[in-house]
Amino acid sequence: MSVIEINNLRKTYRVHIKQEGLLASLKGFVRRKYRTVRAVDGISAKIEEGEIVGFLGPNGAGKTTTLKMLSGLIFPTSGEATVLGYVPWQRDNAYRRQFALVMGQKNQLWWDLPAADSFRLLKEIYNIPDAQYHHTLEELTTLLGITELMSQPVRELSLGERMKLELVAALLHSPKVLFLDEPTIGLDVVSQSNIRACLREYNRDKNITILLTSHYMQDIEALCKRVVVINHGRLIFDGKLNEIVERFSEHKIIKFRFREGDMPDDLTPFGEVLELAGPAVTLRVERSQVAELTGHVLANHAIDDIAIEEIPIEEVIGEVFNASEPEP
Amino acid sequence: MRKYWQVFKIALADRFVYRTDFFIGTFLRFTPIVTTIALWGAVYRSADREQIGDLRYGEMVSYYLIVMVSRAFGSMPGLASTLAGDIREGNLRKFIIQPLNYVIYHLHLRMAHKLVYFVMAAIPYALVFWWCREFLPGWPPRELWPICIASLMLSFVLGFLVNMAIGLLSFWFLEVTSFLFMFMVSQYFLSGHQFPLTLLPEWLERVVKFLPFAYETFYPVMLLLGKMDINEGLHVIGGQCAWIAVLAVVVTIGWRRGLRRYAAFGG
Repeated sequence: MSVIEINNLRKTYRVHIKQEGLLASLKGFVRRKYRTVRAVDGISAKIEEGEIVGFLGPNGAGKTTTLKMLSGLIFPTSGEATVLGYVPWQRDNAYRRQFALVMGQKNQLWWDLPAADSFRLLKEIYNIPDAQYHHTLEELTTLLGITELMSQPVRELSLGERMKLELVAALLHSPKVLFLDEPTIGLDVVSQSNIRACLREYNRDKNITILLTSHYMQDIEALCKRVVVINHGRLIFDGKLNEIVERFSEHKIIKFRFREGDMPDDLTPFGEVLELAGPAVTLRVERSQVAELTGHVLANHAIDDIAIEEIPIEEVIGEVFNASEPEP
Repeated sequence: MRKYWQVFKIALADRFVYRTDFFIGTFLRFTPIVTTIALWGAVYRSADREQIGDLRYGEMVSYYLIVMVSRAFGSMPGLASTLAGDIREGNLRKFIIQPLNYVIYHLHLRMAHKLVYFVMAAIPYALVFWWCREFLPGWPPRELWPICIASLMLSFVLGFLVNMAIGLLSFWFLEVTSFLFMFMVSQYFLSGHQFPLTLLPEWLERVVKFLPFAYETFYPVMLLLGKMDINEGLHVIGGQCAWIAVLAVVVTIGWRRGLRRYAAFGG
């Protein structure tokens, strides 16, 4: 059985429509209009033990709503899901002891106290035995390089330091499943990469299953072999990260450096010129044309250097999001 | 439960973080005591009467001072609005994800807050009581002590549950600030905090004396003032226990329903 099984999960909200202006507000005060929003609209997926799955989608795609359902915070409107064999929204204590949710924009540590105090409380909440507690704490703080931050009030720490401590707090009870909602939001590059390294290592050592959302493609590229892309609550892709590029990107980038004086006058028949700097040229070429074009150029021109690259993943994802927008 | 003992300890630590704020806060709470005593003095003088209702000035002052003692146990400043805020801002999340009960958690926070308050307020209280010593009726009879102490403890639990029950309303109404204010003001009257309930018209007094608010403040004060015998005292304890039982059921059911609604609409 898979660790996470999601079957046709749906969540609709009824939101109150409020029009601009005072008169509209007064009308709304007397009689409210509602609109139904399909936050999650029939998502299915299976995630196996030890996988790190990236959950992608533009803002409002339904990522956080799905994570909330999987952690039992909200009930679905219809559909099923199990995590570790439990139905999350039944909120079994046995389930609650085995997963954790970290939201990059929320914190659970006591603001005015050192993190060590919050950790001690978590130790009691989750009934963590002494030996295990000290071992895990030591392991995690070393991994993140934050042993010396433990005794400083949390409010005095930087955002990055706080996020690392939040992560420690979430992992103290050695959960089997970890949900991360934008864990690196607002962090500097070094902190981001620290957190990624920690997650990767922790996943390798403990075989913990991780489902994470992020708007930083570096997070996704560094951690996730598999991605699930949703937009408007619907699943549009589930598979390997590099397959997204193959499937959704119809172009490749080709960079030529021509030998002095041997540059063709007109490059446009080859493809779209993205950049032209002296003898170096960057072209966007349709996938099907790549072999033919390179053959042609190599046969007819003297070339110093050549590189064929995929379109940057951010761009492809952007295209995927755009392509999945409903027709107006 | 060891986890709630830890909650108690961490809340104690948290209370001592802002020392200056704490001292000033504690000190400021004594200003209204002094002004209220002065105010009643002015009322008696301008009415030019020995008694208002069946109370002389000295009795009114001693009533008010003992109200302060009782409120030290039963008042829960900010509890209902904390719950409202936690619901609105999604801070309940932690308590749904972790095996931790919100209500029991807050009960322990409040115990810690009260303990710190008693320690810090002991000296200023002693000073005010010494200043007003001529008005005080003296200690209640020895055999009433256990009942007095029990009624103060129960007043704490009752105050906690009343405020929790009110705070639960925010599961259904997103914005409850004005409602909470209204509640606070009526609690001030109905508990006998503002003036003794005996000053009310008789029919109203009878109604109000039945409500849980009276059991929060008015009855414990009457006990401490030595105006009740053991038998009446036991009745007070019984009334408090009954209201606690009722409210415990209300809070448990309300909490469960509220969470279900929270899970269905927001989260």
